[in-house]
Amino acid sequence: MNLLSILGVFSSAIFSGTSLLYTTLGEVIGERSGIVNLGLEGVLLVSASSGFAVTVITGNPYIGVLVAVIIGGLMNMILGYLIIHRKANQLASGLALMFFGFGLSALIGKSYVGAKINALPRIALPGLENLPKLYSSLLSFDILIYTAIPVAFLVWWLLFRTRWGLGLRAVGENADTAYASGRDPRLIRYQALFLNGLLAGLGAAHLSIAYTMTWTEYMTAGRGFIAVALVIFSRWHPLRAIVGALLFSGAVAFQLLLQSSGVQVSPFLLDTIPYVLTVLVLIAWGGNRRHSAPASLGRVYHGTE
Amino acid sequence: MSARTFLRIAVSNTLVKNIARYVMMMLLALLLFGIILLATGKDPFQSYRDMFGATFGSAYGFSEVLVAMIPMLITALAVALPSRVGLINVGGEGQLYIGAAFATWGALTFKDQPAWVLLPLMALLGMIGGALWAFIPGYLKSIGLVNETITTLLMNSIAPKIVGFLIFGFWHSPMDTVKTENFVSAARLPTFFNTRVHLGFVIALVLLALFWIIMKYTRWGLEMRAIGGNPQAARRNGIPLKGYLIVIMCLGGAIAGLAGMSHVSGFYGVLILNFSMGLGFMGFLICWLAGGDPIGIFLMSFVVAIITTGGNFLQLTQGLPYAVINILLALALFVVLASPKFFEGKKA
Repeated sequence: MNLLSILGVFSSAIFSGTSLLYTTLGEVIGERSGIVNLGLEGVLLVSASSGFAVTVITGNPYIGVLVAVIIGGLMNMILGYLIIHRKANQLASGLALMFFGFGLSALIGKSYVGAKINALPRIALPGLENLPKLYSSLLSFDILIYTAIPVAFLVWWLLFRTRWGLGLRAVGENADTAYASGRDPRLIRYQALFLNGLLAGLGAAHLSIAYTMTWTEYMTAGRGFIAVALVIFSRWHPLRAIVGALLFSGAVAFQLLLQSSGVQVSPFLLDTIPYVLTVLVLIAWGGNRRHSAPASLGRVYHGTE
Repeated sequence: MSARTFLRIAVSNTLVKNIARYVMMMLLALLLFGIILLATGKDPFQSYRDMFGATFGSAYGFSEVLVAMIPMLITALAVALPSRVGLINVGGEGQLYIGAAFATWGALTFKDQPAWVLLPLMALLGMIGGALWAFIPGYLKSIGLVNETITTLLMNSIAPKIVGFLIFGFWHSPMDTVKTENFVSAARLPTFFNTRVHLGFVIALVLLALFWIIMKYTRWGLEMRAIGGNPQAARRNGIPLKGYLIVIMCLGGAIAGLAGMSHVSGFYGVLILNFSMGLGFMGFLICWLAGGDPIGIFLMSFVVAIITTGGNFLQLTQGLPYAVINILLALALFVVLASPKFFEGKKA
């Protein structure tokens, strides 16, 4: 094992973790307002495929990213209509959205399987331009990677340092009380879901336009559910979500490292580590009010009628 | 219940009205999907003719619809039962995988046994596997530590990987690393009339009927409804709340495990990596859309099965990816979800 292979593993962990971090941040906002979005998997797929298709058509990855982000927000509006307006069950509506995403993304991406795109350009870490090309290419990242952690801080600031964030968290804890204090739970939940979709779209865009640079059916391979797990792992906090995403991509990297050094551990078992850890974290923090879920998570807001 | 009251319920206004609304909603979903097909340059009328011709046009096509219904019926029941005591079991997918793995272990280990020993043994093993997998969330919930929705959801992601580990590490056939060797014929559930409809269909119907009877006519059903209505009041009236929560969750898991057993034994005859592809989630959806009602579960499964089976033919004749049928499926689910008072009450 040499420095190069370690760097390679490190670099691939960052690439695979970025889309997860964006998606998790989006889900933190959604769940803080009281909405579990099990449709994330579908949202990611539709954003990834449409962003990829637009990049192929226009030849401009930035337009592709923009489209993916907007599509993500719009996909979540379907969910919003069902669970906020029509008061449908959140989990069932999310799963229906997931199936919708499976189908729609297959339809959108059908003609673009195997297409080549101009990916988001990669910029070497400042100060490292003079390294040998092999090293500097491993340490070059695209713009979405550089912005991922600042976005996490932005989400934290939004949720915990603005009036809007206070209202959003209040709705997530008790929508009736929030309403009584002059906020509109429905509007706030729509806004939260829209932001959730935008961020998921950003994650999906990074996946298809910057990281893998391809489109294949069901390319997200469970990332939507991983994000939901990471939100719980990070106990509904955007900054801890950074740790969660690092942990998950770290587990992936660890697995690659083990394989490259010839150690025989089943990759299937290593894959379960993040989930098992999340369950353990839940048990460890269980019953502690400070670390528990938003109180109205998953509940339907019936309004005042 | 006398025959007369039964008749009165069967032909009652609400049932007829419900079916009429059902048909209206499905037409709306078909219309929306038709527009999408049209937008992609396909002929919607030809597509629908293919779909319905293939599913209703021949006895075999129709039998394929029944085949597709089997895992949906059972996994939906695995959600419906816990929902009556207020437990939300999103973990059907994981419980199904573990049940299938336990049953496969039985099929591979005792392959010399005759079918009348092997099949009940596999069913039992499948149920134990599912129940064990559901015990963890059930126990954590009953002591008030962690919400079962979250744990069952997380454990869904763990189960297929454990199955993958077992197949890849121990059970795979010499030819192929992603599946076991084919089950011996004694480990296959019998099929009917040269179709792929297997005994699992009968099992599913019996379970649904049992569920209906138990909920309506037994003390357990009454106590479960009491817990679902107000757990604390039920506890103060001497109903063993903790015990019920654990046992019912495990029973739900056992049913999902049985669905896994029936699917690997009756449908595939082999355990394949990632074989389920969301069957457990589909069961959850069907159960919630049907409000946990056995007849509703049957009707909803039937509709969903027609769509997914028809999708196979859409792929053949229209050159669309199979996954595209999920759009029609989701549209049908959206329109039903958008009218939440469809099946009155009973939502835990």
